[in-house]
Amino acid sequence: MAPTLCELCKTTRALIVRPKNHQKLCKSCFISIFETEIHNTITSNSLFFPGERVAIGASGGKDSTVLASVLKTLNERHHYGLNLILLSIDEGIKGYRDDSLKTVKRNAKQYDMPLEIVGYDELYGWTMDQVVEQIGKKGNCTYCGVFRRQALDRGAARLDIKHVVTGHNADDTAETVMMNLLRGDLPRLARATSIVTASAASDIKRSKPLKYAYEKEIVYYALHKGLDYFTTECIYSPEAFRGSARTLIKNLEKVRPSAILDVVKSGEDMARLVPDEVSAAGQGGKDVLVVEGEAYRAGGCGSANGRSSGGEMADTERQLLESEKAQGNETEISHLGQKHDRNCKIPNRTLRKLPKQQMGKCVRCGYLSSQDICKACMLLEGLNKNRPKTQIQVSVDEEDNSSRLTRRMESLKIIPAEQM
Amino acid sequence: MSTQSNEAGMVLLEVEFTGGLELLFSNQRKHKISLPGSDEKGQPATAAFLVRYLCENLMKDTRKEMFVMDGTVRPGILVLINDADWELEGGDLYELKENDNFFFISTLHGG
Repeated sequence: MAPTLCELCKTTRALIVRPKNHQKLCKSCFISIFETEIHNTITSNSLFFPGERVAIGASGGKDSTVLASVLKTLNERHHYGLNLILLSIDEGIKGYRDDSLKTVKRNAKQYDMPLEIVGYDELYGWTMDQVVEQIGKKGNCTYCGVFRRQALDRGAARLDIKHVVTGHNADDTAETVMMNLLRGDLPRLARATSIVTASAASDIKRSKPLKYAYEKEIVYYALHKGLDYFTTECIYSPEAFRGSARTLIKNLEKVRPSAILDVVKSGEDMARLVPDEVSAAGQGGKDVLVVEGEAYRAGGCGSANGRSSGGEMADTERQLLESEKAQGNETEISHLGQKHDRNCKIPNRTLRKLPKQQMGKCVRCGYLSSQDICKACMLLEGLNKNRPKTQIQVSVDEEDNSSRLTRRMESLKIIPAEQM
Repeated sequence: MSTQSNEAGMVLLEVEFTGGLELLFSNQRKHKISLPGSDEKGQPATAAFLVRYLCENLMKDTRKEMFVMDGTVRPGILVLINDADWELEGGDLYELKENDNFFFISTLHGG
């Protein structure tokens, strides 16, 4: 069988099939197109400004290693003028993090970037090994997640950096969309799809330049560029629910590779239909009013912008980028959107007042918090009192504060359209 | 096209596991293996046959589901045949040739 030739250069043997459009590419065309697409994501979303100091959340794994490599390449090629620094968290897990940190230390040399490591033990007085020893393997991810979010912020603050980029890829985003859909958490769904997240719980901006990059392509990029990364799963079992969402997404990809970007796109479309007040409320903003049933009903009105899907997968990413840019406008349209859907009646307009959340400082540690005592300090209090099961409810994911709103939304009634 | 095997009716291959998969295969990345040039039904040995063969003969770990699911390589594991994505080579149906290199890499580990 003659080797398949690259569809772009038509001279070299194709080694890669792109999941989103089945394009067959050789190694160098693939590397070039992968980098160009990340560059397009960065420029069309105006992720950076010249001279900006940016911390790359680096775990030593494939995603953050590829992110560091691509950002270094693009920064030099397109003169972004960025000052890039690797920021790693040492959770204190022997046999896992100590090995992956060695990888990050090598990356720092390979990419000629400074490296800052912040440890749970220095920040909290507990390593994850000690936490697990006390509370057991079940539920330890909650502690690790809450601690990590703060640790990245604190590491950035220590470096006087206001922007942290993370290696979340399209598969991660699709998983998160599915998870939030399955738990009915619309505020978090809306925030998780956003390429830039600025949380009220932090003055440090987060962004995800690899948001539209398939995990498969990230692995190919690392492989073909010969990148040095670490590949062992955390020894304390991963989140079970995310694992199920992950398996679901991977199975979907097998049947229809474009499914991953399609789920991301659906997540973005749904996010646009979540009223700003609702998505902001979970973050702890100003006084907000929520129209009962509004968020659910709006979902039934369909996509606001009527973009076609399927068959044009080559354009999917560009469309996603465009819609990202137009997001501001489209949120307004979806609020007024009742006009174009005559079957949608105005829902029960009872206004519910959500509790006022004011950002202040944790009285214990001084970290920004919407409560007197921040989540990390609450968890620490439990640990320190040798009483692992604290009463507060903490959600596992990277976004904070929406659990309260979720509980409130659970009490709202869903009114089927035919009864309205 | 028939499977190219040597005189003894065996095919010699190089198989490589990475991305965490090496843990399932005695923590060893590269393996040189020799397997029959035809499958259980006497048909030329294919990539699918190789995957079954690896599971039954090379994998000491009992967690077969970490490598194989529904009779083929688990979703999330990439397979490269002589550096190319196996989709380009016919996937499961690819017929093994002497000295082929099979590269299995898991994408499932954290970033």
